[in-house]
Amino acid sequence: MTDDRLTGSECWPIRSRLFIGRITDRADARSFYRAGLMLAASLLCSCSGPQSALDPAGPEAEDVAILFFTMVVGGALIWCSVVGILFYASRKKHAYDAGQASRIILWCGVVFPTIVLGALLSYAVWLMPNIRPGFGEANARLRTIDVAGEQFWWRVRYQNAEGSAAFETANEVRVPVGERVLFKLTSPDVIHSFWIPVLGGKMDVIPGRENHLTLMAEKPGTYRGVCAEFCGPSHAFMAFTVVAMEPGAFEDWTKARASFDGARDAEGLALFLKHGCSACHAISGTEARGTIGPDLSGFGERGSVGVGALVNTQEDIARFIRNPSEIKPGARMPHFSMLPETDIQRIAAYLKGLQ
Amino acid sequence: MKSVIPREVETLWTLFTAPVVWAVHFLVCYVGFAVYCAKALSLHLSFDAVRIGLGVFTLLALAMIVLSAYLAWRQWGYGTGDPPHDAPTRQDRKHFQGFATLLLSGLSFIAVLYMAIPMIFIAECQR
Ligand code: HEC
Ligand SMILES: [Cu+2]
Repeated sequence: MTDDRLTGSECWPIRSRLFIGRITDRADARSFYRAGLMLAASLLCSCSGPQSALDPAGPEAEDVAILFFTMVVGGALIWCSVVGILFYASRKKHAYDAGQASRIILWCGVVFPTIVLGALLSYAVWLMPNIRPGFGEANARLRTIDVAGEQFWWRVRYQNAEGSAAFETANEVRVPVGERVLFKLTSPDVIHSFWIPVLGGKMDVIPGRENHLTLMAEKPGTYRGVCAEFCGPSHAFMAFTVVAMEPGAFEDWTKARASFDGARDAEGLALFLKHGCSACHAISGTEARGTIGPDLSGFGERGSVGVGALVNTQEDIARFIRNPSEIKPGARMPHFSMLPETDIQRIAAYLKGLQ
Repeated sequence: MKSVIPREVETLWTLFTAPVVWAVHFLVCYVGFAVYCAKALSLHLSFDAVRIGLGVFTLLALAMIVLSAYLAWRQWGYGTGDPPHDAPTRQDRKHFQGFATLLLSGLSFIAVLYMAIPMIFIAECQR
């Protein structure tokens, strides 16, 4: 993971540079070895961390985690007793007559599984109304965040109290703790899936549809969300950061973002405009109003570049500008390696400074 | 006196009665809710009315399956002989079919019950 702010990220086995290195340097024997270590590490600590459905930070995810553990424990008990009985039956010589045998089959093979499966089914469908998105009237009063899944990044638009768009960001979703939030999910290209494992279940993002999902964060922290539906070459990089903030801090942040001024560094901004970045990118408070790519207002305070592909340092930003599709295959941003290196560095510094 | 229970008929069709009831029940429940949700605005029916209606239908389906099971049990000779009924005789063929029908009825009964469980918990139409 690339975002240093992530809660519990010490547990995350894939540090970005290793990961990128592995992709661009091509696999060698050592990287397979390394992958094996990563797998072992991730198995050991996969129960906690910023992207674990088993380390819930909201009520929906908690229900899902409890359901999971119920199933695992129940399944383990049944498996153990079946294997135990199997051993018992094979070790000793028991003479069962046909009647006894059919009674065992009837009770252990029919009645018991029917009751257990019936109970599990009831439990799971009983949970569903709690973990599904809310509907209708109840949703109209919720704070709404519009999210568009685009190849290969997330457009995030916040609404103000009147319901009109207040400001836009990308690849980072901030939510107030203790408040239910409604996500309206759309896609202009292909099917994606919006999933924040620590907060709840996933919801497909389908072109031509507006899908709704409500989630609530209960623990402040920085988590990781992902695209959970294969959507193209950089699908695996289509992640985003989720920041659950105390309500006061969240209000401060929305106010700051709604009145963001990106015109603080005249020279950097001039280069940004001169090289045509503004055709695709918007920065509040400047002439840059492009809408094809991610809104870059406040980009410097985000944790990653290229949606989780690189850490957000000036060098990584420059690297991304030079050749986005080397870092994210298929990214819809042209490469700018023909720009003078000083200009690239200058723009990267400017973007890093947008906090 | 004429019995209300059908005469014993020797045909393979009785074997399928219970699974057919299960299939019809499955479709009616799915299609019923789907049509209701598509037309809820023009139909003057509450969600619970649909739920109760399909609940009554479920009871009917279960009753059909129980009847089919009873007939199968009779065909099986009320369990007088034990499986596998594999002798090449008419009697064994009849008993075999009765036993198989009885088992299928049990399976269908459970399937209809499982199908009904989500109908208890389903909350409303998604729009
Ligand atoms: C043709 C449209 C286009 C132009 C021109 C363009 N970009 Fe982009 N840019 C994009 C798209 C699309 C993305 C999202 C790529 C992805 O992550 O999949 C992006 C992503 C980025 C990102 C990463 C954003 C994030 O949240 O990770 C940075 C930084 C960036 N662009 C900077 C620039 C700079 C600087 C320029 C000018 C030199 C520029 N872009 C020109 C379309 C464009
Ligand atoms: Cu995607």
